[in-house]
Amino acid sequence: MAIILNHVGYIYEKGTAMETCALKDVNLVIPDGQFIGLIGHTGSGKSTLVQLLNGLEQPDSGNVYYNGEDIHEADYDKKALRSRVGLVFQYPEHQLFEMDVFSDVCFGPKNMGLNRKECELRAYTALKQVGVEDEYFYQSPFDLSGGQKRRVAIAGVLAMKPEVLILDEPTAGLDPRGRDDILNLIASIRKETGITIILVSHSMEDVARYVERIIVMNQGEVMYDDTPAKVFAHAQELEQVGLAAPQVTYILKKLEKKGIPVKTDAITVEEARDAILQVLRKG
Amino acid sequence: MLREITLGQYYQTDSVIHRLDPRVKLVATMLFIASLFIVDNWIGYLLGGGFLFGIIKLSKVPFRFMVKGMKSLAMLLLIALIFNLFLTPGEPLLSFWGLSITKEGVIQASMMTIRLVFLIIGSSIMTLTTTPNHLTDGLEKLLSPLKIFHVPVHETAMMMSIALRFIPILLEETDKIMKAQMARGADFESGSLIRKVRAMVPLLVPLFLSAFRRANDLAMAMEARCYRGGEHRTKMKPLVYRKEDRIAYLILVVYLTASICLGRIFL
Ligand SMILES: Nc1ncnc2c1ncn2[C@@H]1O[C@H](COP(=O)(O)OP(=O)(O)OP(=O)(O)O)[C@@H](O)[C@H]1O
Ligand SMILES: [Mg+2]
Repeated sequence: MAIILNHVGYIYEKGTAMETCALKDVNLVIPDGQFIGLIGHTGSGKSTLVQLLNGLEQPDSGNVYYNGEDIHEADYDKKALRSRVGLVFQYPEHQLFEMDVFSDVCFGPKNMGLNRKECELRAYTALKQVGVEDEYFYQSPFDLSGGQKRRVAIAGVLAMKPEVLILDEPTAGLDPRGRDDILNLIASIRKETGITIILVSHSMEDVARYVERIIVMNQGEVMYDDTPAKVFAHAQELEQVGLAAPQVTYILKKLEKKGIPVKTDAITVEEARDAILQVLRKG
Repeated sequence: MLREITLGQYYQTDSVIHRLDPRVKLVATMLFIASLFIVDNWIGYLLGGGFLFGIIKLSKVPFRFMVKGMKSLAMLLLIALIFNLFLTPGEPLLSFWGLSITKEGVIQASMMTIRLVFLIIGSSIMTLTTTPNHLTDGLEKLLSPLKIFHVPVHETAMMMSIALRFIPILLEETDKIMKAQMARGADFESGSLIRKVRAMVPLLVPLFLSAFRRANDLAMAMEARCYRGGEHRTKMKPLVYRKEDRIAYLILVVYLTASICLGRIFL
């Protein structure tokens, strides 16, 4: 089963002078269990797109299907959908509100109508999953650091046990270490649970080493939708829309230009090293 | 959902009305509202309606946009209408359940409704065509004679402009917070009143925190730029009347005279 977007279009402030077309004719199939990177320059429609997937926004044209059902049918249970397609927003400040971390994470399961014991069990598991230590459980969520807030926000959605987890720029505003921690965390969640994950980002470098498929958005349209290696083969076009391929890709391309027969499809530093070593061993 | 609220919002486009000096628009709005209460016959209202219609056309703001903003006030209008309809003494037209609609009531109610609708549209044209900054600039300039009496005109205007500037920001923020909580299964619409009020907590806490954070940041930024209030402060774009503004004043005088003559004295 999967999420299917069929000719989806979305317009903000329709009918006014400020009308902006945020999405144009987007067609996507997102099968179960895939790890996807959704990438695009600022304002390319990434956040809008993910809000369509859990029914927070309604497309102006086209349809969104979840497990074969149109989620915008009048009798479709949107509340249930939102616990199955979990969305973590960009700023944890937008969702943290309880007196302590633990009750905040309980909020999602409580809204699903689960009993108290089950809620607490899920909150505990989720907090452990994102690596928040017991000592923080009864602290105010507002006293945490940026990276910790983000973990708690992710736990708040994970506690609903979603089948699809969408993270909107989970690394924005974090230092390199905090960024790597969050990305590794997401990768480990994925390994443990096998759920579908959609990771929104504007940095190729970030997602390249983790995801198996990259969707590149440009001005509301899907520009590329392929494996990371194939997407990065278009380094030049990516630059034109304000994105960049990982730095190793550029190095390998330069080497190739100089007449050294390396493979240029490496994404991570390790793969690049192997590619270069391979040539050296041969020669 | 919250983006629907248009009352008090600015509508960006380029029109004669948009370019007018904010003082003209402030004075015109006040005089227009006064004229609504001066006139007491149909010709006067017709004149007012015509004037309003002309301004709407000139402002290039879609009428739909204005009406959308009025929806939130529909309830208020309805209550005013009902009260006037039933509670005005006079010659009864229709009676049931001990209540009666009188002829005077019908007249009173329809006049009241027209007045209120014109009043709302009139003042929303002002806010729709003037940026909050312009509006407070105009107000400050208009009220500046009061400085002689040590009224803190500049400070008040500054506070107003900050408050107005924050409205759309906070609305947008509310929208985002609502979505973030709805993504966790929050339900802001259904349930009893008590449930609805309790459902507001996850919305209000982040909203207040963010408002305080923003206010704090802003105060800091103003202080960092040595803001010290109105004393000796000059404007980057001082307000000066131009030809169009004078013409607008002239039209206003003509309208006002006409509405006093036709709407009150004759007939
Ligand atoms: N609430 C809104 N009202 C009006 N226009 C909006 C709103 N939200 C987004 N837009 C517009 O829609 C377009 C797409 O915005 P979106 O937030 O989806 O971009 P994004 O790819 O998530 O960008 P970012 O990387 O900055 O988060 C932009 O042009 C933006 O200006
Ligand atoms: Mg975004």
